[in-house]
Amino acid sequence: MAHDKHEKVDAVTGVATTGHSWDDIEELNNPLPRWWLWTFYLCIVWAIAYCIAYPAWPLVSSYTKGAFGWHSREAVEVELTALKDQRSGMTAKLAASSLEEIKQDPEMFAFARAQGKASFGDNCAPCHGAGGGGAKGYPNLNDDDWLWGGSLEQVHKTIQFGARSTSDQGHSGSMPAFGRDGMLKREEVSQVADYVRSLSGLSTEKGIDLAAGAKVFADNCAACHGDKGQGMQELGAPNLSDKIWLFGSDKAAIIEGLNNGRGGVMPAWHGRLDDTTIKALTLYVHSLGGDQNR
Amino acid sequence: MAKLWASPHQERSRPMAQTATTSKGMTFGEGGSALAFAALGFLSIIIAAKAYTPEYAFHAYLFAAASVASVFVIVNRYFERPAALPPLTINGKPNYNMGPVKFATIASVVWGIAGFTIGLLIALQLAFPALNFDTSWLSFGRMRPLHTSAVIFAFGGNVLIASSFYVVQRTCRARMVGDISPWFVVLGYNFFIVIAGTGYLLGITQGKEYAEPEWYADLFLTIVWVTYFLVFLGTVMRRKESHIYVANWFYLAFILTIAVLHLGNNATVPVSIFSPKSYIVWSGVQDALVQWWYGHNAVGFFLTAGFLAIMYYFIPKRAERPVYSYRLSIIHFWSLIFMYIWAGPHHLHYTALPDWAQTLGMVFSVMLWMPSWGGMINGLMTLSGAWDKLRTDPILRLMVVSVAFYGMATFEGPLMSVKAVNSLSHYTDWTIGHVHAGALGWVAYISFGCIYCLVPWLWNKKELYSMKAVSWHFWISTLGIVLYISSMWVAGILQGLMWRAYTSLGFLEYSFIETVEAMHPFYIIRALGGAFFVAGSLIMAWNVWKTIISAEAAVEEVHPAQPALVAAE
Repeated sequence: MAHDKHEKVDAVTGVATTGHSWDDIEELNNPLPRWWLWTFYLCIVWAIAYCIAYPAWPLVSSYTKGAFGWHSREAVEVELTALKDQRSGMTAKLAASSLEEIKQDPEMFAFARAQGKASFGDNCAPCHGAGGGGAKGYPNLNDDDWLWGGSLEQVHKTIQFGARSTSDQGHSGSMPAFGRDGMLKREEVSQVADYVRSLSGLSTEKGIDLAAGAKVFADNCAACHGDKGQGMQELGAPNLSDKIWLFGSDKAAIIEGLNNGRGGVMPAWHGRLDDTTIKALTLYVHSLGGDQNR
Repeated sequence: MAKLWASPHQERSRPMAQTATTSKGMTFGEGGSALAFAALGFLSIIIAAKAYTPEYAFHAYLFAAASVASVFVIVNRYFERPAALPPLTINGKPNYNMGPVKFATIASVVWGIAGFTIGLLIALQLAFPALNFDTSWLSFGRMRPLHTSAVIFAFGGNVLIASSFYVVQRTCRARMVGDISPWFVVLGYNFFIVIAGTGYLLGITQGKEYAEPEWYADLFLTIVWVTYFLVFLGTVMRRKESHIYVANWFYLAFILTIAVLHLGNNATVPVSIFSPKSYIVWSGVQDALVQWWYGHNAVGFFLTAGFLAIMYYFIPKRAERPVYSYRLSIIHFWSLIFMYIWAGPHHLHYTALPDWAQTLGMVFSVMLWMPSWGGMINGLMTLSGAWDKLRTDPILRLMVVSVAFYGMATFEGPLMSVKAVNSLSHYTDWTIGHVHAGALGWVAYISFGCIYCLVPWLWNKKELYSMKAVSWHFWISTLGIVLYISSMWVAGILQGLMWRAYTSLGFLEYSFIETVEAMHPFYIIRALGGAFFVAGSLIMAWNVWKTIISAEAAVEEVHPAQPALVAAE
């Protein structure tokens, strides 16, 4: 070091300084710590070795492939293939069996529910909730109350083609906007809303003419919802007497539905998910919410 | 307020008897910058009138107002100042220019509180999403860049500008170059922060992480930054010392490299001069690579090199000990500078980036471990012979803990760059924990130490108003950091393991939403840590304020070579 000849020594450590002073800051002339230097060298050696073992150097139109011939895309491919292979036996069995057959076979049924649960988390949970618990406007799948039917075949059809979806084969039909389109007067909407609440034993507003509400219901609603409000699955018309409410049971929510109509969309999954996955989803969803026809 | 900025030893604050004898003329800097601002103001008004969007018009009006104010201030300052410019030396001692340093120091405290508080808000939003109150202004997407920019560029940037202007003058024993230009750097930089921040709130962004401001803000920052570089370099060249002090190498590397990164990553084509929107010239994976070349070196040169410079001045100064090893500082400086620039691709492991480029990023990150630790060793070992001061001096304690966090974060970084580790850690909250170990532990703590040192020196006070408050600040925010990083470690590793968990039948065990749900308790703990950190910064602001307004001046020079109040009459 050029500065060594200054030979000014720090009193505390006994180490020579470089002889400089900047705003009273001096520098000791300690050597590089050995462990530090050797670890640094070691890292460099490791880096060189890694560059020999793995893809590293760009060439004109290619790059050095490395001694192991490792490739990240192939590595993913290998992992995905291994998973597919692990599942392929059961997947083939599922594809060849009917929904009922799968349900009767404990091994296939367990597999289908596992696949269905995984697929449900990725595709269905955003609307129906992680456990199928539903949300306002998105049906609860655990409660054995089915808008479009809860048999295996019916659930299968709903998942495949959806409701009010882009598919021709999907369920159609929706709640009309009685208020907005002038089919019912303001007062009638209020009366029938209270009548609908009374169907499931909920309290009604004081002084409301329930008989008038019943008349409005019979004239306008019973065609789809049934004369006792028991609903109709062919049209997706909810049961109004079972205390299960898709959009809420308070009078304001019911009036909103009467005024503006309702028509939530379930997408068609046919073509987006493969047939076996849809089968598995069907069995999983069916297993959540029971089956009226059991 | 004006007296807060004025240095008692500045020429213009003294009554000048000889004014009559010296003829007074406008300097090239005064005339030129007044003209330039007038032109900018004129241009801004035209743009405001024809702007495509009201948000952009608002920014143009801000530019116009700032330009008019600048012209007024420059002209007014010219008429008020004595004929002669402040001398470079008074009685053989350098006549330091500390006004801009004072401004940036206060700005850093103010921006720090703003940035930490917004960080707390978004931490709470992640735990309780309703806290965006259904407004676009407070949505996470706008608040997050506001937080990152406020803490990195507004808080960190002002600390860097303040400390670099202070350190370069003192270690070169020379008054800063320029008369208008240092003020332009400080005020222009803070104006850029205002434009960037209001832009995020209004929805103006180019969508590049840590480089969100649009083309016109970038262009303005380029002018400010080049001026910063010239002022700094000019001061170094004016030095009275034969050698350049190590802190100045780091400052210079930081200023120069940030300029290059800024230009490379913001190469955009504006839609029109009347539109805030621009399109980046890079596309696809090339853009991703340029973005992370920029992003990682913002960490390397802004948040590391710049703050190492602070360490190299303030730790030896506060500990009153020589720097541990000159040789280590040379080796670790050059190796750090050389290796950091290649490490960016480790942000793009397992993406469309070619394997060979990923390897490059990874091996350079691993090689970077020791160069980083060289700085830590030099910082910590500088205390040899003065370790006892840690018991009595909470400011030194802040800075030493800061260097320890630097060491921890720079070990964790290379570890996380290894692909096998990265496959678990990437996209998880572990990354967030890692970043905050560096940001809260290293960058903020060394900055707090720097601010606590600077304030009494700049305002000529004996010591801070309350050392006890510094101790409280230290312990409260240390608790906050521990809560923050430990909760994020657990959250991140849990998240990574849940994402990759398969059932025995070969299906993913958890849906994404289940992993989100699992994060909830950790997000609450993290927000609590953030709240402690904010509380600490409020204590600091109070302490700084009380110090500045305290009447007691330093009897003797606490800081050697602070120019005394000589030659005042």
